Amino acid sequence: MKFGVVLFPGSNRDHDIWDAASRVLGQQAEILWHGSDNLNNVDVVVLPGGFSYGDYLRCGAIAKFSPIMGAVKKFAAEGGLVLGICNGFQILVESGLLPGALIRNRGLKFICKHVDLRTETTNSPYTHLATRGQVLRVPIAHGEGCYIADDRTLDELEGEDRVAFRYVNGNPNGSLRDIAGILNKERNVLGLMPHPEDAVEPLMGSTDGLVIFQSLVAAHLPQLVSAK
Amino acid sequence: MSAITPDLIAAHQLTEGEYAKIVSILKREPSYTELGVFSVMWSEHCSYKSSRIHLKKLPTRSKLVLQGPGENAGIIDIGDGWAIAFKIESHNHPSFIEPFQGAATGVGGILRDIFTMGARPIAVMDALRFGPLDDPQTGARNRRILEGVVSGIAHYGNCFGVPTVGGECVFDPSYSGNPLVNVFALGVFRTDQIFYGKAQGLGNPVIYVGAKTGRDGIHGASMASAEFTEESKQKRPNVQMGDPFLEKLLLEACLEVMQTGAVVGIQDMGAAGLTCSTCEMGSRAGTGIEIDLALVPQRETGMTPYEIMLSESQERMLLVAQKGRENEVFEVFKKWGLDAAEIGMVTDDGLLRVRNHGVVVAEIPNRELADEAPLYNRPFTAPHRNVPMEGPTFASASVQADLEALVASANLCDKRWIWEQYDYLVRSNTLEGPGGDAAIVRIKETGTSIAMSLDGNGRYCYLDPREGAKLLVAECCRNLSTVGAEPVAATNNLNFGNPERPEIMAQLVEAIEGMSEACSFFGTPITGGNVSLYNETLGEGIIPSPVLGIVGLLKTAAPVGSAFRNAGRSIILLGGAGSCDLTHFGGTQYANTIIKEMWGLPPVLDMEYEKRVQSAIREIVLGGLAESSHDISDGGLAVALAECTFPNGIGCQVKIDSELRPEFLLFHEGPSRILVSTADADAVLRIAAAHDVEAIPIGATAESRLEISQGSTLLVGCDVNELKRRWETALETLLHG
Repeated sequence: MKFGVVLFPGSNRDHDIWDAASRVLGQQAEILWHGSDNLNNVDVVVLPGGFSYGDYLRCGAIAKFSPIMGAVKKFAAEGGLVLGICNGFQILVESGLLPGALIRNRGLKFICKHVDLRTETTNSPYTHLATRGQVLRVPIAHGEGCYIADDRTLDELEGEDRVAFRYVNGNPNGSLRDIAGILNKERNVLGLMPHPEDAVEPLMGSTDGLVIFQSLVAAHLPQLVSAK
Repeated sequence: MSAITPDLIAAHQLTEGEYAKIVSILKREPSYTELGVFSVMWSEHCSYKSSRIHLKKLPTRSKLVLQGPGENAGIIDIGDGWAIAFKIESHNHPSFIEPFQGAATGVGGILRDIFTMGARPIAVMDALRFGPLDDPQTGARNRRILEGVVSGIAHYGNCFGVPTVGGECVFDPSYSGNPLVNVFALGVFRTDQIFYGKAQGLGNPVIYVGAKTGRDGIHGASMASAEFTEESKQKRPNVQMGDPFLEKLLLEACLEVMQTGAVVGIQDMGAAGLTCSTCEMGSRAGTGIEIDLALVPQRETGMTPYEIMLSESQERMLLVAQKGRENEVFEVFKKWGLDAAEIGMVTDDGLLRVRNHGVVVAEIPNRELADEAPLYNRPFTAPHRNVPMEGPTFASASVQADLEALVASANLCDKRWIWEQYDYLVRSNTLEGPGGDAAIVRIKETGTSIAMSLDGNGRYCYLDPREGAKLLVAECCRNLSTVGAEPVAATNNLNFGNPERPEIMAQLVEAIEGMSEACSFFGTPITGGNVSLYNETLGEGIIPSPVLGIVGLLKTAAPVGSAFRNAGRSIILLGGAGSCDLTHFGGTQYANTIIKEMWGLPPVLDMEYEKRVQSAIREIVLGGLAESSHDISDGGLAVALAECTFPNGIGCQVKIDSELRPEFLLFHEGPSRILVSTADADAVLRIAAAHDVEAIPIGATAESRLEISQGSTLLVGCDVNELKRRWETALETLLHG
């Protein structure tokens, strides 16, 4: 499987996801430049964590205008797999690929710590190898990860089984309904605040993030649309 | 142009003698711009004029040292064709004036020192010192400074994408008007890709890259070379503003441009900005540099040559490229959206010639400006100390209550509130993050890991600067050995008061000599560092606060932490119970927190014994025999045991036979001691014996309770989670009530 990791100015977990995909999972991985509109025939696009464009405006608000995002939107619309982690989730929300918004943590501080995530659905290319209710221990590292949306959107997400992960044993940032990650209607786009790419080896203290990437690799079937 | 008057010279903090030397170098009166240029380069901060003759006493070489002091950072060979660059630097004065930006730009400055050499930063640590958070007079300000500093460090490091993997935070009244912010950074690169700050090659272009120059930070270096007074708040414009996003772009662009082969030399613009980078690059190469300020990208209009040369605007670099390959350099910076402008060239006359629209405004020999600042052998007497040698008589009503108070004291409590604001995981190399004895970061390319520890103990150094400094080196090395790493090199940050006071100068001299002796003994040469003097406000100076960062190499992958992992394991007190008397108890945290006094002398260090203990623990850890390993330091044995129990809630039942009085047994801070939990006590004891080191089986790990007995007397018996709650909540309670 070929992972494409988008590099925006200010991305900083591009290395983590690239390393997880290539060294740990043994898949192909390449960096996609924000200024290009070519996805180089990758099978999955990952928008990594970091501070795209410094995040001096709203997080992700400028990244959505970069040329690569036009290609990513088109790719997603054709059913391509798009995974946004942390800042990548913020960019997906700003781009309208996912509903809702991410605002400052309830405590108004950046938080880096390991949290428990409950897998809420296995009906997605990202979670089909997990079991429903499986609790994953993975780190968060963000200042603006409080997920909010109006009640109707939240009801719809839940009604359509689109909440992928919820925080359990404590909600670190005040996200409504403890939401940590969501899917789009078509279930090919996932955004989440925690960092599964930093929990893929015993040395990292947890391997619980692996199941997400293993699901992705197993989900990669020929009928999935590749980027042109 | 301003006339050079005695008042103007004094306002630049130059003495009459220094001015005379300037005139003799130039063989004429300096211009106003030249006066400014000399004043920053010859400031204490840039020239080390009060400390340099003593710094020469420090060991700086070993087989592994590729680069010692004098460059932007020291470099150590870690094998397999790879090297690490690391250094510590202070941003004390700016952090007092403007805590958030002061601390943020402190992080930015040291990161540039690392990547200007071609290394990618992979770890940051911070040593922080603040005044008491609960002091009725100064508490509110101290809390504000702490919150600002922590936010500033988080803001810069998190956005830049370097993990902040450890550090320490200590409180003392003397830091109320003089907070200390020392930032350590470490980067990794291949040994054949090291870059130096040298302006070589006649006719090669001098290229300015990064942020535009503004009026911020003018005379920052001079500000950091004076005491604070009531007027110091007016110096807020001297503090620079940081932009970590820009620095991240600068990092990526610099590492990319270095790959082109077009870069001859490169140096960041830190303290003294364009002045320092030009003359130092020329001086190192023995060349001249000619620049025209009209070509410097500027953020503000109407800036004078004086302002442009002295600006300390952040996120700027100066590089020398190969003539004819300028475009390769420009292409890379354009790709990253950064300004790059050719502002001059390398010459062969050894002069820093500064033009403004073609008109020469300064012409100074590089070497004299960069390296020939006056050196002072400032007079020193006996080190300042204002506490008795004899301690008070005291008797504890309950040592358990004392332990409860100690774990909830500002100095010993959980610092999670601070370090959870730092991204300590980015780049997925962190094997041991904040909160342990040493931080451990792996190098994926080599399979090697780097352990690092920051330490300082101002109270010990106040009681005896020489012995305090030796204890500091020993402790820092012990932290590394505790996780199995071999200490190999060090960087130091010497934070002291006003060196013009002989009793303060004496503290500096004694501490350097003690550090020198111990670093030589433990084989950890000092490869660079920083001296921060004049940490005084309204005549009140800090206690002498040298901070040391030591790095160690670790070949095994899986690190051993300090926490007890399973019940029913043997606990070995490696190094023994130690000895103590009232005199040597006066610098402890017990004396500080429970008795609220300071007296006597720091603990006694036997360096030979310390070295054997460290060899033993490394063999134990690397042999896979230790389930946990934790150094006994501040707070002594009882606090160390409590710290082992907290992370997993696994307690212990410990019984020690000792002649020491209970307060000394539980809380003395004698060095050379480590707590090990193991499933194979016999093997641990055999290794200890082979190293001629005392090792006492003191009990076993147990479910949920912490119990410590002396003979048949139960001294401490409490629920681990109850004690842990006090430890965990103390800092937030101090900060927010």
